[in-house]
Amino acid sequence: MSAAPPSEAADSTDDTGASAAGPPKAVAAPLDFADERLGSTNFLRRTITKVFPDHWSFMLGEVALYSFVILLLTGTFLTLWFQPSMIEVPYHGSYAKLDGIKMSEAYASTLHISFDVRGGLLVRQIHHWAAIIFMAAIMAHMLRVFFTGAYRKPRELNWLIGLALFTLGMVEGLFGYSLPDDLLSGAGLRITAGVAQSIPLVGTYLSFFLFGGEFPGEDIISRMYTLHVLLIPGLILALVTAHMMIMWYQKHTQLPGKGATRTNVVGYPMYPVFMAKTGAYFLFTFGVIALLATFAQINPIWLFGPYDPAAVTAGSQPDFYMGFLEGALRIMPNWETTLLGHTVSWNVVVPALVPLGVLMTGAALFPFIEQWVTGDRRVHHLNERPRNAPVRTAIGMTAVAFYGVLWLAGGNDVIANTFHVSLYATTWFFRFAVVIVPIAAFIVTKRACLGLQRGDAATLGHGVESGVIRQLPSGEFIEVHAPVRAADLEVILSKEERPAAALQAPGPDANGIPAPGARGPLGAARVRLRRFWYADPLPIEPPAHAEPARLDAAPAEPDGERGQLTHG
Amino acid sequence: MTDNKDTGGGTPPPEPTATDGTDGAAEAEERTPRRVIGTPSPAESRRLLATDDGGEAAAGPQPGEDIDEAQARKAERIVATLFVITFLASLGFIVVYVLSGRNGGMHGVRRAMWSNYGLGATMTIAFLAMAAGITIWFRRLMTAKQIIQERGDLTSDAESRQAFTQNFMQGATDSGITRRPLLRRTLLLAAAPLGLAPLVLLRDLGPLPEKKLRHTYWREAVEQARRQGRQGARLVVDGTYTPLRRSDFESPGGMITVVPEGIDKLPNILDEVAKAATIVINIPQDKFQPVKGRENWHVGGIVAYSKICTHVGCPAALYEQTTHHILCPCHQSTFDATKGAKVIFGPAARPLPQLPIGVDDQGYLIALSDYDQPVGPSFWERG
Repeated sequence: MSAAPPSEAADSTDDTGASAAGPPKAVAAPLDFADERLGSTNFLRRTITKVFPDHWSFMLGEVALYSFVILLLTGTFLTLWFQPSMIEVPYHGSYAKLDGIKMSEAYASTLHISFDVRGGLLVRQIHHWAAIIFMAAIMAHMLRVFFTGAYRKPRELNWLIGLALFTLGMVEGLFGYSLPDDLLSGAGLRITAGVAQSIPLVGTYLSFFLFGGEFPGEDIISRMYTLHVLLIPGLILALVTAHMMIMWYQKHTQLPGKGATRTNVVGYPMYPVFMAKTGAYFLFTFGVIALLATFAQINPIWLFGPYDPAAVTAGSQPDFYMGFLEGALRIMPNWETTLLGHTVSWNVVVPALVPLGVLMTGAALFPFIEQWVTGDRRVHHLNERPRNAPVRTAIGMTAVAFYGVLWLAGGNDVIANTFHVSLYATTWFFRFAVVIVPIAAFIVTKRACLGLQRGDAATLGHGVESGVIRQLPSGEFIEVHAPVRAADLEVILSKEERPAAALQAPGPDANGIPAPGARGPLGAARVRLRRFWYADPLPIEPPAHAEPARLDAAPAEPDGERGQLTHG
Repeated sequence: MTDNKDTGGGTPPPEPTATDGTDGAAEAEERTPRRVIGTPSPAESRRLLATDDGGEAAAGPQPGEDIDEAQARKAERIVATLFVITFLASLGFIVVYVLSGRNGGMHGVRRAMWSNYGLGATMTIAFLAMAAGITIWFRRLMTAKQIIQERGDLTSDAESRQAFTQNFMQGATDSGITRRPLLRRTLLLAAAPLGLAPLVLLRDLGPLPEKKLRHTYWREAVEQARRQGRQGARLVVDGTYTPLRRSDFESPGGMITVVPEGIDKLPNILDEVAKAATIVINIPQDKFQPVKGRENWHVGGIVAYSKICTHVGCPAALYEQTTHHILCPCHQSTFDATKGAKVIFGPAARPLPQLPIGVDDQGYLIALSDYDQPVGPSFWERG
């Protein structure tokens, strides 16, 4: 764990003896070839010793990346047979139950892939599972980045790219599962058309241009196909590349501990350790997705039947990442206004646009709002523990709660059916919950963060309860407290004392003239927000007492009024 | 908790002299076993208590630790076994693929299912065994050390910034764009329509909506029937397209989906069905309360409503006989069939439009006209 300079560390790994005699020809020849043409050795030298911090949560983004690679591979395979056409044909394939039924070529070719192409069903299911894992991994990765403050300067651009990737992934997924033109996805498209129609002013035109006329028309599948296999994946690929290059250049953030400081990167070198790790990780991702695709059936379109605009199945659910929009549509009250011959259906346009809009806009602006509120425009490479930024963590949990309630509401029929409660009761429950639960989440999370901070402070002050009771010669009983282990101490002490500039809300100076940042109503709001952000101060100090045994008896909390909250 | 004789008996307990980390760690090890038996240490779940093994060892051997050759050989054998498993599983994948194609292909659900299990299981084993092998390899056999690098400064130095700014401003001056406003303005003028032009190209994505959403195929069907001297368009059952007699639908409680006659001959049948799909419900006379002005739109309690939900257009396909509720399964909008399909729950804002129906001379149910309002979800021009 010594802080060896990189070159030395690189040398120390090279104990094969090859360095003395020069590299073997198999290494030297290609290296020379590339270097004489591209001058690449400098880059490669830096690359193979590049440090990758070691934490499980840093692998979440990799799951998304590898799922995307799997999606590209399996998707290419599927295009070899899929026919993006809505021409109606009678089916005569090996799925006997639909023999002779008229269906679109898209649906027929999906049946063909599933039942007549060897491995086709497996690849189809891998593709669908990989899409779900892709979106789930993006969400988990986003939450990790948010809650540890890894989006802070200088990484705001990568945060924005990530949000764009998430949004594109949703659209890509919606188009993808709509392509087979089965009854379930057809209902989804019908909803898409209805939502497009509801948009004020341009909605009807939007819907007609999207579907090439009235719903369902004969164009939508082939149009979505082009978007799904070319345009959107191209955009995703470009943004993923930019995401990776920026990450590569800026280097990873890291969590406190293991000797991590604000100015260094601690971890294992790219070559060979990280390469092996990440290779194994790709294989794990692929293996788990293959396992799911083998034994967990997904989107059995042959059970749904071809699309028929007059039919629908009960319990229709979109893929999970669209579920929160579905939930919003379900719980929105039935408001609609007609004025001067024009109709606005708030019951459709609000749930379709507002939740996604609020979450995405809020997430995109958050890094900049945070900088404006806190006045902290420094560069951050060391992640913050969620408990040490209570307001940020609470805001994040508010968003999670909002999303989660809407997502659950998207399955309210399943909930009603499973738990034998009234369907209408679940709807009413979610109508209230979507407001109450996020607020409760904010309050609870903030208190929990402060409580954890107090726990850290107590640990520093007292050491760790060992569970050992000891009797002193005087007859008094004490519990022995052990000192905090060095590694844990490092983590606890990572809590950043607020910078002196940020501590002071930009209030009026001695002459009563407000500071430049605090003028006007906006400035006043900024002052209030900054106070709120930094409320509940709790300084963290290294343990002052070498002998923590007796500290039990001492009052735990110096700041009196909040003391009672501590031992909850 | 008075019984503490295990903690040291008569001898005075050594005071915890944890002045540095290593001492404290050794001591913790020494005194932990002497706790009162049966008292679980709260510290055990906290992981903060210093123990002798320290964090690194607790998390298992990390890359870079000294390698015990005997253990390494064992690990190597395990890794090699896993790699061989991958090799065999990949071969198995090919074998299953070939076997799936015997007798001319899979043909049917069962063969497809077993092929899927075989291919998927071998593929899973191949990937996971290789992944596990590599994992054990880097955890047990790699000797690279953890390293620490200093981050460079991301920002360029002030000198380069200044040099760039200078060059940039010089370039702007050289180009003359700052000094020649006519050039600048006409360039902007030229760029604006050039950017808009591609958008114009999207115009032919679809026809204009015109009044297409305002009527359904019922209108054409009724007009055609009138031209043939009949009173209205017959209701034909969706799918079979057979006309529906009143006598076929006598018993109260039933629901059936109908479309206008002749719709099955249309080239764009799906577009028309998507608007014209209609549910016919037989409601007991005593329950039925026709909407004012629609008293003669039903046939003895047989009533027809649009099947297209007024929320976002899913088919409102569920009918509950006992309550006479029509439910849309997509977002649970609920309509009361006895009262003109008015909304009683859910996100839909308007009742399902009602189709005026009657009976012709031969006893068939017929539509007397199109819906009196646009069916399906609302749109801006609906009014």
